[in-house]
Amino acid sequence: MLWDRLQFAFTVTYHYLFPQLTMGLALIIVFMKWRAIKTDNEKWNRAARFWARIFAINFAVGVVTGIPMEFQFGTNWAGFSNYAGGVIGQTLAMEGVFAFFLESSLLGLFLFGERKMGKRAHFAVAVGLCAGSWLSGYFIIATNAFMQHPVGYAVGANGSLQLASFWQFVLNPWAIWEYAHNMSASVITAATVVASVGALWKLIGKYNEDSNLFLRVGVITALIASVLQIFPTGDQNGKLVADYQPTALAALEGVFKSGSMAPLAIIGQPNVKEQTLENPIVVPGMLSFLAYGSFSATVKGLDAFPQENWPDNIPLLYYAYHIMVGLGTLILALMAISALLIYLKRLEKTRTVLWLLMLAFPFPYIATTAGWLTTELGRQPWIVYNLLRTTAAASPMVNTGDVVFTTIGFVGLYFVIGVGFLYLVGREIARGPIHAEGKE
Amino acid sequence: MQALWYSLLTVMLIVYVVLDGFDFGAGIVYGLVAKTDAERRQVISAVGPVWDGNEVWLLAAGGTLFFAFPRAYAAGFSGLYMPLIILLWLLILRGLSIELRSHEPYKLWYEFWDWTFRFASILIVIILGAALGNLVRGVPLNADGYFAIPLFTNMLIYPSIGILDYYTVVAGLFALAVLALHGSLFLVWKTDGAVRERSIKLAKRLWWIVIVFAVVTFALTPTVQPGFFTPLFGRVWPLITLLVSLVGFFYIPSSLRGGSDLRPFLGSVVFIAGMLASVAGTLFPNLIVSTISPEYSLTAYTASASMYGLQIGLVWWIIGMILVVGYFTFVYRNLSGKISAQTKGQ
Repeated sequence: MLWDRLQFAFTVTYHYLFPQLTMGLALIIVFMKWRAIKTDNEKWNRAARFWARIFAINFAVGVVTGIPMEFQFGTNWAGFSNYAGGVIGQTLAMEGVFAFFLESSLLGLFLFGERKMGKRAHFAVAVGLCAGSWLSGYFIIATNAFMQHPVGYAVGANGSLQLASFWQFVLNPWAIWEYAHNMSASVITAATVVASVGALWKLIGKYNEDSNLFLRVGVITALIASVLQIFPTGDQNGKLVADYQPTALAALEGVFKSGSMAPLAIIGQPNVKEQTLENPIVVPGMLSFLAYGSFSATVKGLDAFPQENWPDNIPLLYYAYHIMVGLGTLILALMAISALLIYLKRLEKTRTVLWLLMLAFPFPYIATTAGWLTTELGRQPWIVYNLLRTTAAASPMVNTGDVVFTTIGFVGLYFVIGVGFLYLVGREIARGPIHAEGKE
Repeated sequence: MQALWYSLLTVMLIVYVVLDGFDFGAGIVYGLVAKTDAERRQVISAVGPVWDGNEVWLLAAGGTLFFAFPRAYAAGFSGLYMPLIILLWLLILRGLSIELRSHEPYKLWYEFWDWTFRFASILIVIILGAALGNLVRGVPLNADGYFAIPLFTNMLIYPSIGILDYYTVVAGLFALAVLALHGSLFLVWKTDGAVRERSIKLAKRLWWIVIVFAVVTFALTPTVQPGFFTPLFGRVWPLITLLVSLVGFFYIPSSLRGGSDLRPFLGSVVFIAGMLASVAGTLFPNLIVSTISPEYSLTAYTASASMYGLQIGLVWWIIGMILVVGYFTFVYRNLSGKISAQTKGQ
């Protein structure tokens, strides 16, 4: 069980490092291609081509590390698949049929067909590719949303879940807000990476026109997405958690005791044994307001729930959530400052901020990973909220030794992939934007 | 409705084997038909733009199994735990080898990926063949609907069975021969020059090897699953598809002699599709056969999702497949024509 969780956590976290960039980047590439057609300026095409190469490398790793995810539902989580497959099998199969086929067919055309097909057709292919990757994201989020907040199901004769209302299941309100939050995070990741490469080139004084473009597009896109990330999407997700997963809310905010005027902890260390938050710095009443819209609202603490229903790793959940919020806020601040400097036409000369932008690229990845940890740990001890406990979800007849073996294998293989990936991406960034013309 | 989904799933798996089969096959015969770097690039260019799309059929078929027959998905995937995870690793390595091989011009670089490509292609096909062998032979599925078997025991079916035994290994080698032939014929169609010549020669030899393995596999089947062929005499479909399959198979050498490049490949497509359809028709309604007791076997009727789910699925599945056929026609039309050894890169 523990190893099944570790393996899934590792493979899914690693996998999602890649799609979070490709989904956001796809949108940015579409924007660049659209500008290229509108302005007829070659610099937009050059930028689109450069990012298409980064996109392709990310996409390939995303595909190969994504295949295990679909297998693992069956191999490691047979109990869960058996129980919920009648419902979540729908969205997972739809992802294959609607998104994967579209993406795999268009990718080759997008990468190698630019010369053959003309501007508008190539733009259309880029839009299709973007739509495919965003669609893929929705099916996965809808699956996850069902695990967080199951709707549209019925319990069948053999005790397993059956689909009862397709639309209720697919249009789960949880799915819609989770999707919006996740996609705007994906855009932040991609935009920060774009700005970061721009800052790097600017700092070493190369590719002036391209680095200006990357900085502008990256910073402004990241700024818009960072605002959306907090409001309305983050806010709405918080309210859903408050309504449907009160134990998760209590744990991730470090609220052990119920009460009105609940404070919002900015910093503090949860002590689960003593049921207190140590060294807290708090904003009084703020949690009550954020969760329920009134400063005097009562927020249920963990003490209001039986201990067996508490998330099983409260400290990690608490930190994951705080890291997500903290980094999200920092990125917003950095992007706001950078945008102001762009407006004042001073970003190029402000090396401190360029340094910060260049070094900022890991933070959206960390924030996103922390966000997913929050989502998944907050759902514990359930795999399907209030319906199936995680302890009942693993494959009953797969022995732990096998899972340890395969986990080690995945770590080894993914390490090698990671090294190769960094080498290839690093090489593209070092070669710069002009290389596109030299190739072939 | 369950029978319909059983057939649709079979169709998806057949499409998967036929499509990904040719790029696996190209990987199996890679070292034999392509000797120089230019020739190897030629083979990689032939499969490079399509392998990913072909592999999506595996995901789509897996997803379809998941949603239409969740119990069979849960039992099968967890029961075949180890070979499936190894299969995954090999699929990952193989995908990387195709994508990365031509990224660097260094000899050590592409030699490494060439070996990875061949090794992974061969092993994947043997595993897939052995997996099919396991479906035919049956597995120790218990009353709870799960099973666990070791990778191998003493290679016999008693006292306890392993995933690999004499039968499933032979089935794996049969699959290897069939897809090697399929891959060679694909290369006859898609390439020219030396690679095409060597592929024709190799295909002629492989054709005989396929016959040998077919006869052996056929003969061994009753020793592991005595009643397997019984339905064949009472049902029309398995018999028809088997005959169609044979027609396809015997069309291969005659069309090769006739000098056609595409037709032998199509013969192989018909052969593989017919054979798999025949196996599925014989197994029906069983999805996973239990060696403990026939009552424990998971069938299309005992393992399926609710009627409502299956009906809804049919709606989006049909829409999706119309789109997919569109994409594939578009892509394969864009890639029509032969690939020469001179073609640079991808």
